[in-house]
Amino acid sequence: MNWLAFCSIASAAIAVSFGAIGPALAEGRAVAAAMDAIARQPEAAPTISRTLFVGLAMIETMAIYCLVIALLLLFANPLLK
Amino acid sequence: MNSPLASNALFHLGPVPITEAVLAMWGIMLVLVLISVVVTRRLQIIPSRTQAVFELIVSTVDSQIRDTMGVEPQPYRAFIGTLFLTIFTANWCSLIPGVEPPTANIETDAALALLVFVAVIWFGIKSAGLGGYLATFASPSPIMIPLNFIESVTRTFSLLVRLFGNVMSGVFMISIVLTLAGLFVPIPLMALDLLIGAVQAYIFAVLAMVFIAGVIAKPKPSVPLQQGKTTP
Repeated sequence: MNWLAFCSIASAAIAVSFGAIGPALAEGRAVAAAMDAIARQPEAAPTISRTLFVGLAMIETMAIYCLVIALLLLFANPLLK
Repeated sequence: MNSPLASNALFHLGPVPITEAVLAMWGIMLVLVLISVVVTRRLQIIPSRTQAVFELIVSTVDSQIRDTMGVEPQPYRAFIGTLFLTIFTANWCSLIPGVEPPTANIETDAALALLVFVAVIWFGIKSAGLGGYLATFASPSPIMIPLNFIESVTRTFSLLVRLFGNVMSGVFMISIVLTLAGLFVPIPLMALDLLIGAVQAYIFAVLAMVFIAGVIAKPKPSVPLQQGKTTP
């Protein structure tokens, strides 16, 4: 195993692990705020949960970007060809 | 382990390689078109049970377009509805054993995102004219022109990566879990995958609506937008 492969694997792991921190915190905040809103106004629950789902998927996309970068490093690395 | 970014050709149609995803997409197109033709062949004023179900789908798409874009849904219903139904069916293809969702390949998602990119230009020019469409690039102030140009490309790219990443990560994760653990362990993950597939199809359609709504000419405020819809 050469130096470039080692660096690629390490940075793939770093990308996924650090990329998961931000979306995890953000999703926690979003769900907490949505729970708060539903507790205050239970009649608005369908609208809130629909918007929550879309928002969660948007936030989760950030983690997915990191996953795509990691997979690019692992499977389609231009430096290792 | 197979790379999730590569796709291998099953057979060649002349010089064009045909992959599994292309075959699955053809199957989906065939099924959707056949269902539409069969259902709309004999439309009645008093709907039968099947027709009522499909009218419910169409009216749901209509109300979503009305809520998101704030215009009458007629010119956009076909594009948005087809986009949603195609991606939804493609994501739920994994229910059939042996079929991978075609959206787990980056080429399919690139084609869909490119479709949205072209549709934004098409609807923009159709509704506001070429000058009106170009004027949307300078919409808050002319300083934003380069940023808006870059954004119109990068948002297409993010649309593509979002759909690809979500669907592919589901497929990838299930295959990893399947190699680690036995028969029934991946089932909850597959259920989660179906939920994600439905939500991603909805988001793709909503984002396409938002992008199109950003370039079309706004209707006159005197026209009543939401007929038959009471607001408290």
